[in-house]
Parts: sequence; C-alpha cells; structure tokens
Amino acid sequence: MHARLVREPIDAGGLLAGVSRSANGATLLFLGVVREVNDGRAVSGIEYSAYEPMAARELGDIGQEAAQRFGVTDIAIEHRLGELALEEVSVGIAVGHPHRAEAYEASRWIIEEIKRRVPIWKREHYADGTREWVDPTRGAAEARA
Amino acid sequence: MSVTVLLFASYADALGTSSLHVDLEDGSTVRQLVGRLRERAGAHALPPDPLIAVNERYARGDITLSAGDTVAIIPPVAGG
Repeated sequence: MHARLVREPIDAGGLLAGVSRSANGATLLFLGVVREVNDGRAVSGIEYSAYEPMAARELGDIGQEAAQRFGVTDIAIEHRLGELALEEVSVGIAVGHPHRAEAYEASRWIIEEIKRRVPIWKREHYADGTREWVDPTRGAAEARA
Repeated sequence: MSVTVLLFASYADALGTSSLHVDLEDGSTVRQLVGRLRERAGAHALPPDPLIAVNERYARGDITLSAGDTVAIIPPVAGG
C-alpha cells in the first residue's frame, strides 16, 4: 500500500505499475483533474494546501482501511499539493485486485473518504482574477434549506 | 496551561494568522477554546462548533485539553 502527498506532478503510469501483479485480473486508475468550470464560474487554476502530517496519516489510514474492507492489497494513492493548472491531476488512485467488482468498490470508497476526511483545502483561481476557498458544505446547506 | 492552535485556509485568512498560543484554565474543553478564539478580531468566520483535531486526530468539542496539546481548527475539507 502506497499513500502520500506530493508536490510534483502525479505519475499515473507509475501508480498503475505499482498495483499490477499477475494475480490481479483488474487494475483500475482514478484521476481527479482540475476542471475549467465550477459552479458556473470560469476556473483558471487551483491551489491545494493541507495540514500535512495529519493529511498524510489520514491518506495512509484510508488505504489501510480499504485494504481490510475490500480485501485489496494493491493500493496506490497520491494527492497533489501546490498550484495546479487546468487538466492537471490533483488526486490519483490505483487499485489492483483479482476481480473487477472489488477494485471498483475500493476505488470509489477511497475517493469518497478522501473528500470526507482528509484535511486538504483548495482555493480556486478564477479567470476574472479573483480567488476563493472552496467550501463543499455550503452548497449542501443551501440545498437543504 | 498553554495550547498551540493551528488555523488553515479560510480560517487562517479570517484571523490573520496560521498559528497561535492560547492560555486556558486547566481542564478546559475544546469548546471553551473555540469560544475564546471567537472573541478575536475576524473570528466571525469561525463557526461555534468547527471540525477539530487534537494532536492530529479528529476530536469532539467536549474533550478536555492538556497542556501542550496542538489543536487544529479545520475548515470544511475540500480534497480530491
């Protein structure tokens, strides 16, 4: 199991290679990518920051928990920090498993746990020159209201 | 007793610092610490019951702090 925060670009091929074994009939790669529009605003880039020691530990915990929960031993997770341009990869998750069902389940669970509990924040930079911290709970609160 | 408080992202911007030391009465809880922080300038951005980590682990508002603890006030996380 490999889980870490990185400042250099994420090497998707390296993540996949790390989980590929002859026992694995399925290898799955998920990439989170900086998107050009969020909430209707034109995005020019995103800056990621973290409470680094805790975020690194939470990422590792998520990998360990996924390994136990889904019986997957081959997991590689990297989350990027720093300034990212459009189309750059912010998070990469590779999972290898003998069967595809468990690989898909583990991959989905890992990304949702990252979004739920790893102390990482992002500040979006917009095409109009402004920047703002993203609060994923804000839209949810408005939707409930 | 003294604890170290870490602030991040929008909370660090609002309070104008990313770390500070706070003196509290022995036996103070996380919630009491947050109450003290909310008296500071710019602290309107800080909710009464924010996400908290004590010594790098998520913790509830009613736990009792110890001298030397590191308390992180965690804005809504946005990884991925």
